[in-house]
Amino acid sequence: MSSLLLPLIGGVLIGLASAGLLVLHGRIAGITGIAAGVLAPVRGDWGWRASFVAGLLVVGALGAFWVPESFAGEAPLQGPSLIAAGLIVGVGTRVGNGCTSGHGVCGVGRLSPRSTVATMVFIATGMATVSGLRLLGMMP
Amino acid sequence: MMRTISAFALGALFAVGLVVSGMTRPNNVVAFLDITGAWDPRLAVVMVGAIATYLPIYLWVRRRSSPVLAPAFQWPSKSVIDLQLLGGSAAFGVGWGLSGFCPGPALVAVAAGAPSALWFVVGFGGGMVLFEAWKARPAAVPRITQTSLVDG
Repeated sequence: MSSLLLPLIGGVLIGLASAGLLVLHGRIAGITGIAAGVLAPVRGDWGWRASFVAGLLVVGALGAFWVPESFAGEAPLQGPSLIAAGLIVGVGTRVGNGCTSGHGVCGVGRLSPRSTVATMVFIATGMATVSGLRLLGMMP
Repeated sequence: MMRTISAFALGALFAVGLVVSGMTRPNNVVAFLDITGAWDPRLAVVMVGAIATYLPIYLWVRRRSSPVLAPAFQWPSKSVIDLQLLGGSAAFGVGWGLSGFCPGPALVAVAAGAPSALWFVVGFGGGMVLFEAWKARPAAVPRITQTSLVDG
């Protein structure tokens, strides 16, 4: 039970940050959409996106010193082959218009049927992928 | 200025949530997806915590006419469940399972210097650039012309 406390607290913080972006900026906290608007800027719509991403990065950089163990751990793919996984996620989230944050937290949190379907689909294919890797003996 | 500072603080808070919840470790994410192995419910707890926090605030916000620091709410424009949504989300799930990274944790972890996140983010950035190039040729791919940065 205590092992579920930090995930719960972390989830509440993610929810607060996402809701804050809605209350203060009127925006959906979708990391893919925010990052895409940093890479392909639209006039007058870049600053808040870049600031939000900078906040993510600064915490990561500080976290490397304070809680380095938070960034350890292996995935099924390792090294350069992760470029392929990133490529699939980059294209997939843009084509599908969202990721875990935009569809999973904000979309489901707005009771959006579209986002709820998207979330069920990416969790299902994620589970199918990991199960497939396990069948192939490719899990670490 | 206020908008810049608050967006930065919200990004930082979002990242703190990801770190606290353990979701910047790809093995924790993969363990949630590993239903035929030793399934780990923690990612589901993170999602429930985030959604349960977001939903009541959203229901309150919906009655307001405008956000505090901007002229208007930018609500997602699409409600249709189409092949683009399903295919894109399906592909995302595959990459998520292979890597244990979705975009948010990957950006936090890359700044922490995690080598696996670095490889992932190179691909993620490349995928987004590829998508922008593809979108810029609407004649070739007529379906992908109405994406919006407002959505997730």
